[in-house]
Amino acid sequence: MLENLAEKRRVLIVLGVFVALGVITPFLDLFMQSLVTEILVFGILAMSLDLLLGFTGLASLGHAAYFGVASYTTAIIMTKEDWTWTFAAFQWADSLGLGLFYIFIFALIVATAFAAFFGFLAIRAVGVYFLMITLSLAMVIWGLAYRWSAVTEGDNGINVLGRPSLFGLSLESEMPFFYFTLAVFLICLGLMYMFVRSPFGKTLVGIREREERMQMLGYNIWLHKYLAFIIAGVFSGVAGVMWTLFNLFVSPPDIELITSAEALFMVALGGPATLIGPVIGSAIIRSLQQFISIYVERWPLILGAIYIITIMLGRLYGVEGILGLFSKFRKPAAPSETPEG
Amino acid sequence: MTTLSFANILVLSYNSLSYAAILFLLASGLSLIFGVMRIVNLAHAAFFLFAGYLALEFYNIIFGSLSLMPRIIQLVSWALLYFAWRGLTLYIAPKHAALALLLAYIVMEVLCSLIWSFRFFELFFPHVPVKPVDRINFPGMMAAIVVALTIAALCGMFIERFFLRLLGQDTLAQVLVTIGFAFILQDGSLYTWGGDNFMLKQPWPLNFSAVVGGLSLPQYRGFMIVIAVVVAAALFLGIERTRLGAIMRAAVDDPEMARGIGINTNVVQMSIFAIGALLAATGGVVGGAFFGVYPGLDFEILPYAFAVVIIGGLGSLGGAVLGSIVVGFIENFGTALFPELSYFALFAPMAIILAIKPTGLFGKG
Repeated sequence: MLENLAEKRRVLIVLGVFVALGVITPFLDLFMQSLVTEILVFGILAMSLDLLLGFTGLASLGHAAYFGVASYTTAIIMTKEDWTWTFAAFQWADSLGLGLFYIFIFALIVATAFAAFFGFLAIRAVGVYFLMITLSLAMVIWGLAYRWSAVTEGDNGINVLGRPSLFGLSLESEMPFFYFTLAVFLICLGLMYMFVRSPFGKTLVGIREREERMQMLGYNIWLHKYLAFIIAGVFSGVAGVMWTLFNLFVSPPDIELITSAEALFMVALGGPATLIGPVIGSAIIRSLQQFISIYVERWPLILGAIYIITIMLGRLYGVEGILGLFSKFRKPAAPSETPEG
Repeated sequence: MTTLSFANILVLSYNSLSYAAILFLLASGLSLIFGVMRIVNLAHAAFFLFAGYLALEFYNIIFGSLSLMPRIIQLVSWALLYFAWRGLTLYIAPKHAALALLLAYIVMEVLCSLIWSFRFFELFFPHVPVKPVDRINFPGMMAAIVVALTIAALCGMFIERFFLRLLGQDTLAQVLVTIGFAFILQDGSLYTWGGDNFMLKQPWPLNFSAVVGGLSLPQYRGFMIVIAVVVAAALFLGIERTRLGAIMRAAVDDPEMARGIGINTNVVQMSIFAIGALLAATGGVVGGAFFGVYPGLDFEILPYAFAVVIIGGLGSLGGAVLGSIVVGFIENFGTALFPELSYFALFAPMAIILAIKPTGLFGKG
């Protein structure tokens, strides 16, 4: 499968980094442990957006919608006692040690349904229209979370008491939950990696590069984009479930425009179409947020300034994200042997 | 579902039209900027909110007890910073100048907090504790509008000249930079004026309701409609009938030829951006007495502006008029008929129109 030697080395490096992360994290303090877990959760979100932005070339500014749907679904099925049948089903699954599977299946089905519906509305739009319509749809989800207080508790948010156990293994303390997150993260990374290397993923790159040509070759552009949109939505839903389980609290500010924009920025910062780049972006943004929030409470102001400075510098020096920076230093002047065309 | 009487329908239509008026002021700027420069300005609604706060502070200065001093200090600080930058870049490279200024800033911040227990940062962003003002008159409101519009337009020009122009036609970069400015404007407003929900007062002749045939119609809503109609007419005549408008259209259609015959397209683009910010700011000041002014208003109203331009099509004035009327009616009637579903009621027609015509009814693609 990994015919390319450089590719094999890259995969090994990435795996080595995550093994090292798994070894080092138990020795860190509690603050750092939860920071690493948070980075992984947002890493899943950013990677899922990379499927759309980097590989398919669709800039979605509403990716927090599926994240939000899944995280709210998780919180609701775990706490809503007056919805007897969902709550009873959850209790039953939890007593068997399968509570997490129940949550994942249920929340991902809901997220998939929303992604399928929203994708159906949005995929026809092109360019900036796509951006605007995804943003608007994400604001609909935010509006539901904020206004439909019978279900979502409105502005107060939903407090989740405790995590369900995994086959009787308690995930309550930081370390077991970190390993669980790492496992989920690696599964997602592996699945997405296989996805982008599959013929389907290659077709998406083809659509990003030259849509008309792919159409001429007989590919169904709409269907490919639509499926990519849904798959990205599902992975975003995984991140949403993990977020509720991690934070044990979900409220409307978690899923507003700033989250979608942050995810977009993580991708742009790390390097689009690299999968691992967005994780680096997530690490940078989340660490900055945690450390800056200690000193000043004006995080959005600083975030805005970081956006502007990084994007301006990146564009002025012609660098595509941090991974782009690497490759720029690696190959100082690769002479192009064949003319473009 | 409730049934509506005829009188209810009339009042709702009046409300819808006034809501559409504010939406038009907001969305026409968005549409104009896109039509000319192909930029989706996500900071657009932030100008709307920012102008509302500016008007609020201006009312406080005229009718309240607020002093102008913090603003003068702020202006002087920013001006000094600007001249320091100009002076430094004469002698050293810009990146070294930026580093030097950053270091100087950190040193001053530490010095100020150690010696005078004062945040150096507050010279540039002072806290101004505003409060609702009871008394407001029409000339005061007009003056507030002029001041807020000028400042917002200057901000727009600044963003265009020093940031967006350098980016070229890179949609993702434009989106991230404008959203960065949206965050800065939003959070800066929250820092400066606090998180309270303010309602701008309506000036004297407008704060009553006219009673027409047994229906009570608030006059301020009529005023909003009048403003929107005047602005729409001015925009239409300005673009279609004047020499300036012809220059603008030429710069849009074929920038290279326009430059070839001596049109300075850079100035055209900058003024377009200023006009867009100005339109949003008009909406913000006029709408501040209607929506109120509070943090988060900008991102709440942005989807409505997007719905308008998606329905009407980006870059078309007629589309903005039609789109805002459609959205205004759907929003008001939707809220009255199905209160929980009003958000969905708004986006359903948007989806249908996109399914039929992906660039909106009058869109240019």
